[in-house]
Amino acid sequence: MSEARLMQGNEAVAEGALMAGVRFFGGYPITPSTEIAEGMAKMLPKVGGTFIQMEDEIASMGVVLGASLAGRKVLTASSGPGISLKQELIGYAAAAEIPVVIVNVQRVGPSTGQPTAPSQGDVMQARWGTHGDHPIIALSPWSVREAFELAVRSVNLAEQFRTPVILLMDEIVGHLREKVELPDAVEIYPRRKPKKTRAEGYEPYAPDDDLVPNIADFGDGYHIHVTGLIHDETGFPVGSPKVTEDAINRLHQKIERAADEIVKVEELFMDDAEYAVVSFGGTARTVYEAVREARERGIKVGMLRLITIWPFADKAIYDLASRVKGILMVELNYGQLVNEVRRAANGQCRVDLCAKYNMQIFEPEEIGEAIDRMVAEVSGND
Amino acid sequence: MIERSYEKYFRRNRLPHLWCPGCGNGIAMKAIVQAIEGKDGWTQDNTIIVSGIGCSSRASGYMDFDTLHTAHGRAIPFATGIKLARPELNVVVITGDGDCTAIGGGHFIHGCRRNIDLTVVLFNNNIYGMTGGQASPMTPIGKRATTAPYGSVDRVFDACNLAQAAGATYVARSTAFHVQHLVKMIREGLDNKGFSFIEALVQCPTAYGRRNKLGDPAEMMAWMRDNAMMKAAWDKLPEEKRPEGKFPIGLFYQSEAIDYDTAYDHVIDIAGGR
Repeated sequence: MSEARLMQGNEAVAEGALMAGVRFFGGYPITPSTEIAEGMAKMLPKVGGTFIQMEDEIASMGVVLGASLAGRKVLTASSGPGISLKQELIGYAAAAEIPVVIVNVQRVGPSTGQPTAPSQGDVMQARWGTHGDHPIIALSPWSVREAFELAVRSVNLAEQFRTPVILLMDEIVGHLREKVELPDAVEIYPRRKPKKTRAEGYEPYAPDDDLVPNIADFGDGYHIHVTGLIHDETGFPVGSPKVTEDAINRLHQKIERAADEIVKVEELFMDDAEYAVVSFGGTARTVYEAVREARERGIKVGMLRLITIWPFADKAIYDLASRVKGILMVELNYGQLVNEVRRAANGQCRVDLCAKYNMQIFEPEEIGEAIDRMVAEVSGND
Repeated sequence: MIERSYEKYFRRNRLPHLWCPGCGNGIAMKAIVQAIEGKDGWTQDNTIIVSGIGCSSRASGYMDFDTLHTAHGRAIPFATGIKLARPELNVVVITGDGDCTAIGGGHFIHGCRRNIDLTVVLFNNNIYGMTGGQASPMTPIGKRATTAPYGSVDRVFDACNLAQAAGATYVARSTAFHVQHLVKMIREGLDNKGFSFIEALVQCPTAYGRRNKLGDPAEMMAWMRDNAMMKAAWDKLPEEKRPEGKFPIGLFYQSEAIDYDTAYDHVIDIAGGR
């Protein structure tokens, strides 16, 4: 362990990415994510890496995808409007299977919105922001320490599954300062390498056993072709219904079959709980306080914190719904992930929403009142 | 059988190409590989071809290198990432008039400004060919397109002037008619350490020529022959004597300036990363 340092979530993301092996960052200034770019600008050249500030958010995505294809581990970071601009090439990364981590330090939208008040309004954008059927991985930390850990994990997942990974921060955690002890080293998932030579009939998009292809890096002599067009295992575009269906199936299946490995949740106070509060990111910090206070009032309530947002924690929520009388979803938006919770709960229990979208973060009392309301209504129905 | 040494640069199993009969793109694509062929140290293993979207940009799929067919307008940012990540690689960008100067216009000028060590070859067919003949920023005023049925009124970009003004360190133009000259212009662009821009005029008989009664492909190329003037001759004429409709080809601009890789190497040195 290095000595404890006071740092903010955004700085912790930069530190984590660097320790996970990121050696290329392309970005564009936008609050509240800029500290990540600033950290990378300072630290990357110290380790022989490359930082470049591009002319816009689209170019920032393009430059990191090019660098990733050339073998570097890459990161970009932005917020609301910038993330909207990046969507086209997030889809390209999904289709062409290029490892990349995109940090979204969420702020109030839509459009320029309320710069730069906190929000969790981009959870569905993270899932469906780019056009077409595609899978995505998104993670959301609740502390500075976890921002570091999930930055590392995002880089590793991007490499393991050759997919874009969205580190879905919020302004609360991005600008939160906490004392953190960083490890000296972290576990690193190395860049996948071809297992065949060209002479042996190497095909860049032929899936390995885990359905992920071992795509050669540019410059390694494999003469591969990479395109955003639907392609077969050779990497070249094919206008065939079967190839199209197979390609889209495999993109989804490589993530879906690994969902148990990718999905992480944390349960707290759940041993004897009759009610549960579901939340994620910075909001979960307030939920923790509200749940603790509700327990002091004698309510048997616990919490489940989604660490992985996408793929969604279907099993964990289904299981949770089977154990409690009611779930309260708390999110800093008009009500987005609540629909996923309802779908996954599958009618086993009531699912209420506690939403907020007025630039302010939650107060524990508001969540407490929502818990009390849910408990009263469920009890009244008994 | 005649051995053509440049054939090894093509993925023969991906040919024939999808371009229309009489299209000039194949000539420009061949000129690129002939320029690479004459370049010491440039191999199929260490040269990367990056393209955008459109007729021009399908070229990457036919060329036997590591090749990258990016999104519309985005070839230069991707190419920048490749070049900065592995500076030992040689990176050539193939783009079109719409790809480079419309949707990719912002990336184009900033690539020039940074002087990234890339060679960008713009296949200028004056039209959006892939989508069936819409006006581009390089469709001449008065010429018809499906989106300019009464003739285009949009003023036209001179991509060479644009590149020079934005900071490119090598700027040249040639045509699909002047094949050897085109190869030479590209070749000298490969030699330049910095952002090199070559505009290659190519005929699009299907989506541009036909609609504007420019004749068959041979007539479109004869037009290039008859209207292109070598830069040296063009420069000797006072502006008022330059014949209407004629245009200069050749090397327009070359300068010495530090390229981005070299400049960033200094940053790494200062930061102690070496």
